[in-house]
Amino acid sequence: MNTKTKFAVGSGIIIITLVTLGWVGARESKTYYHLISELPTLKQSDLHQRMRVSGNVAPGTIKYLPGRVEFTLVEQEKTLNVAYTGQDPLPDTFKDDAQALVEGKLGADGKFTAEQIQAKCASKYEVAPTPIKN
Amino acid sequence: MDFFGSFALLLAFVCAAYAVVGGIFAIRTRNALLTKSVRNAGMAVCGLIVIAVASLEYLFFTDNFSVAYVVQHSNRLQSNFFKFSALWSGQEGSLLFWSLILSFYVFSVLWTYRGKHPELMPYVGVILAAVQMFWLILNNFIASPFKMIGEVGPGGVLHWITQPDGHGMTPLLQYPEMIIHPPMLYSGYTGFTIPFAFGLAALIGRYPGEKWIHLTRRWTMIAWCFQSIGVLLGAHWAYAVLGWGGYWSWDPVENASLMPWLIGTAFLHSVMMQEKRGMMKVWNVWLVFITFMLCIFGTMITRTGLISSVHAFAQSEIGPWFYGFLALIFIVCMAAFLKNRDYLKSDNHLDSLISRESSFLFNNLILLVACVAVLSGTMFPVLSEWITGQKISVGAPFFNHINIPIGLMLLFLTGVGPLLAWRRTSGESLRRNFGWPMLGGLIAGAIAYPLGCTDMFSLTCVILSAFVVLTIFAEFYRGAKVVRARSGGNIFASAIQLTMRNTRRYGGYVVHLGIVLVFVGIAGQAFNRDKQMDMPAGSSMKIGAYTLVCQAFDSIPKGDYTAERVTIEADKNNRQVMMLYPEKRAYETSQETGTMVAIYSTLREDLYVVYAGRNPETGEPVIHAYLNPLVKWIWLGGVVVVLGTILALIPSRPPTIVLQAIEQPSPITAEGQRAAPASISGATH
Repeated sequence: MNTKTKFAVGSGIIIITLVTLGWVGARESKTYYHLISELPTLKQSDLHQRMRVSGNVAPGTIKYLPGRVEFTLVEQEKTLNVAYTGQDPLPDTFKDDAQALVEGKLGADGKFTAEQIQAKCASKYEVAPTPIKN
Repeated sequence: MDFFGSFALLLAFVCAAYAVVGGIFAIRTRNALLTKSVRNAGMAVCGLIVIAVASLEYLFFTDNFSVAYVVQHSNRLQSNFFKFSALWSGQEGSLLFWSLILSFYVFSVLWTYRGKHPELMPYVGVILAAVQMFWLILNNFIASPFKMIGEVGPGGVLHWITQPDGHGMTPLLQYPEMIIHPPMLYSGYTGFTIPFAFGLAALIGRYPGEKWIHLTRRWTMIAWCFQSIGVLLGAHWAYAVLGWGGYWSWDPVENASLMPWLIGTAFLHSVMMQEKRGMMKVWNVWLVFITFMLCIFGTMITRTGLISSVHAFAQSEIGPWFYGFLALIFIVCMAAFLKNRDYLKSDNHLDSLISRESSFLFNNLILLVACVAVLSGTMFPVLSEWITGQKISVGAPFFNHINIPIGLMLLFLTGVGPLLAWRRTSGESLRRNFGWPMLGGLIAGAIAYPLGCTDMFSLTCVILSAFVVLTIFAEFYRGAKVVRARSGGNIFASAIQLTMRNTRRYGGYVVHLGIVLVFVGIAGQAFNRDKQMDMPAGSSMKIGAYTLVCQAFDSIPKGDYTAERVTIEADKNNRQVMMLYPEKRAYETSQETGTMVAIYSTLREDLYVVYAGRNPETGEPVIHAYLNPLVKWIWLGGVVVVLGTILALIPSRPPTIVLQAIEQPSPITAEGQRAAPASISGATH
């Protein structure tokens, strides 16, 4: 075997190992993005997926209960009830009207159980008078 | 001041455009006067951008709330520190800041090589000016930081208006690292423009030899060093500010800064193959092209909101400009490559699988795979949407499954690579170089295992780290012994003398040492613990060897915000070690909140305490405590990496004595040969 072939074989083994590892990792952590409006149309088999859903937190719906925080997400007039059961503290930006991205699973009752939340502040700058170039 | 600034920016754009168009004519006509004038225009861009930045800073410091950017990122109560750094806290200012740092680099390059390399520099100048032009287009016409706030009044008349106060900087950014992290990362991102420009210029102009690599080595190292600092500071920021107890979450913006670092690291190593053996020429130009494209791509991910991220800056209209620019770079690079690929013919071939060359090849391969993995993981939502129509993302397990083995392989190569001989290595030298370090690594593993280091990856990491550290120290020791034999003196003085004679090689070892420290710190992550509970005053919590006692809970108004603060006493073995003050801040003007983490950091572990808000039922403060082993080693490793890079940048002292060592027929001869810098080892081929 010449050196080039040896090198190719070595590289092949490394790459195949890593691709396999990546495939396993991807299967474990694959998360589907869905719109709230898509959720009722999902096939039965897709309901077990880990998914991410985004929307705005409906004002006044945040309820702090023992062991969980419940709130409602709104997107294009469709709503989704969410219960956050994750360990991490809620992000500072999580509040009424904030844009939130929840990650978790959809229950059979149509309620979403979130393990993770990311939140962005609703962009209040948009309501400022339009900047115009000088 | 805003007119002044925007006029300076416009003039900078004109100068850059002249440097491109005039530069192309200068190359064609070889007109000396035009060449000089184009170079001066290129340097003037820097001065003009400095003026623009200074006038924007002036607007911040004079609280000029008629300018939109100032309104959005500052307010009257903001400290001078944050008024200054508000420059890079938003989209428009960041893009201007990019231009500023790039213009510093360009100025330094044009100034350093003025009147030198007349066959290469005109090409370099045109490429640099073309890159600057792109940023100046954004600064001037797409995302100007000097936009005023206007309102259409009755009768359709436009009025400028001045807001009474600004919104202030986002609390997440109000942290001391704000002043240092973005400048470092930007210096890294922009710095890779220089080796890119030289590589492309050498290819287009068919500049003979490996000269461009010698010329750009220092620039590449500077950019690489800044990028390393930027990535680590980003991790530190996430750790100290976001309050989730970790420093790396494979967030798109973090990944964006890591990718050019990975390929830049591959480039730094693989150019040595070209310098010493005339190999890998095609590979090297593509590595530098890709590094640069990843820098632009990284800025694009950060700035355009292509992929949702915790950073998630503005979704904006600058996206298409970036796509266009990236496509243009790729087309130019590809065209130059196809036209001149015969110029990149290799002088040598791979001789043996166990040689310095092949260790570099594997290093390159692994870094490239790491980058592809990070890139595909980051782009997974976009790619899956193209292919399957469904947006799917992958999380930390994907990145960790691939990158942990990659990291360990790299760690192994860090120890092995530098000690393998060029061309081929004998079994005898393998035993001599690696026997003891290998044994030392296994001993370290045998000690660590009973101490609780039972995680497979962490244990491997400990063994490899000890191995690499020992190989590095053995190298210093062997070299220092040779120096001592000739010059006398003690072994430490000899080691310093040795290092100063070949700063590039020994500085490189110090960088490797720093990387090992970073790895040790990362290995500690497998043993993180955390605990969350309600802590009314007087209650206590046990975590690891620490006992946390809540002493007080109060609310303090401070300037721009009100802080809810918990006072916690941390005890270890019944002795008080530290008072911790985790806070939650409520900002008045922006109506936002910010978390301030309290950390008691030792070499052994970090005690990381977050005030997670009040329990809504009881009103008592909730404390989330983490015990993260070895985190400090990561930051220490970063410092060592920087020191090593600085060392490698210092010119070596004349290596007269090492030259004599080559002629000595002692077993150390082989070492002496490798110790010789480029100029000497050329003769030993």
